[in-house]
Amino acid sequence: MEQYNMNLTLKVWRQKNKDTKGSFATYNVKDISSEMSFLEMIDVLNEDLIKEGKDPIAFDHDCREGICGMCSMYVNGRPHGPWQRNTVCQLHMRAYKDGDTIVIEPWRANSFPVVKDLMVDRSALDRIIQAGGYVSVNTGSPQDANAIPVERERAEAAFAAAACIGCGACVAACKNSSAMLFLSAKVAHLALLPQGEPERKPRVMNMVAQMDKEGFGSCTNTGACEAVCPKGISIDNIARLNGEYMLSAAVASK
Amino acid sequence: MALTGLFLIAFLVVHAGLNACIWANDGGKMFNAGAHFMGSTVVVRILEIGLMVGFLLHAVQGIMIEIQNRSKRKIGYAVPMGNKGSKWFSRWMGLLGTLVLIFVIIHLAHFWIPNRSHQGWLLGEEINLYESMKEIFQNPVVVIIYIAGCISLAWHLAHGFQSAFRTVGVHNHKYLTMLRSCGYAFSVIVPLTFIMMPLSFYFGWLS
Repeated sequence: MEQYNMNLTLKVWRQKNKDTKGSFATYNVKDISSEMSFLEMIDVLNEDLIKEGKDPIAFDHDCREGICGMCSMYVNGRPHGPWQRNTVCQLHMRAYKDGDTIVIEPWRANSFPVVKDLMVDRSALDRIIQAGGYVSVNTGSPQDANAIPVERERAEAAFAAAACIGCGACVAACKNSSAMLFLSAKVAHLALLPQGEPERKPRVMNMVAQMDKEGFGSCTNTGACEAVCPKGISIDNIARLNGEYMLSAAVASK
Repeated sequence: MALTGLFLIAFLVVHAGLNACIWANDGGKMFNAGAHFMGSTVVVRILEIGLMVGFLLHAVQGIMIEIQNRSKRKIGYAVPMGNKGSKWFSRWMGLLGTLVLIFVIIHLAHFWIPNRSHQGWLLGEEINLYESMKEIFQNPVVVIIYIAGCISLAWHLAHGFQSAFRTVGVHNHKYLTMLRSCGYAFSVIVPLTFIMMPLSFYFGWLS
């Protein structure tokens, strides 16, 4: 693809901290190469802002290769921008043309308070994991890999669910701000494997309870989460979670 | 939500099936016999209470969930996501449900309430429902309200049918695909059957 340069108008959400009210600020960026990544484009803008003595735009990012789940921008009405199965750090400027206007907002949900500008606090997701998203590890010597037989199909399904990077795009996309896709990925990936079996029932109960406590909404199966998930987590996992939850709740003693 | 929804879906089958007797073209004899059975049998009348409870639960819970879920994002987006990822009727279940609720109230006021009050609310003498259908569906405004109500129901079912099965935990991919097709077929066939009833009376297709 041929390289080209573009001038863009950016409307970016600026907010000093979680206690202040934010608003949009408009920036004109010039000579952006189509070969830049979206975050590099913001870097260029930030360098200009620093040179002008202004406050640069705060945004979350880490690996910039689509695997860490830190980047979180809602670009032109879609979490992670226009590309399918993609994180915003892997979005490249060839997705845009000269003269485009791009509106950049943070993830919106009561459970994700804005820390600054485009950064939100996603520790609610961490607390859901802490409530049960683990297996109690046998810390003895490692077992032989073939000691526990796992059906190939289940292993593949568990691996597909485990691909969740916990970025929170599902919550950002959901009209109910529900974290069910995230939670279902975590529950499914352990429920499908024999290693997860012993804690299967308390896990789903505790994780769902924590999710409700964090103030996420409920799932109405619209499918918006699945459509924006950078890792292509299927909403069939949510159906599996619903089944797991019902069976566990039916036999729970409290 | 899902359980009451599935219960109401089952009810729709009974309702559509029984009402289809109007097309027996026997001046309403078969239909009235069916209506008489439903209105005068103790067991059915007890089940009717269950239906009322199920319907009210579905409506009240639906409204509560909608209010709760809307409160989860106090600051919204400047650029809404719209149809990028989800279908409009899946996001507007609350609105579609409210339209269906309004329609059902009108519908009960047309048939159920007059019939039951005529019975003294117990197992008394019923009115001729075939005749009252004939009379009520002469009004074009009523016919349009019924068509609009059934179209709302169709969109509500288009999402609700498959969503209900997902909520009760059906996660087998083969069955989910099957249920989605069944759901779309159901949400076309059943409301269309209902729409044909006022139309049949209005245009005098029945003898």
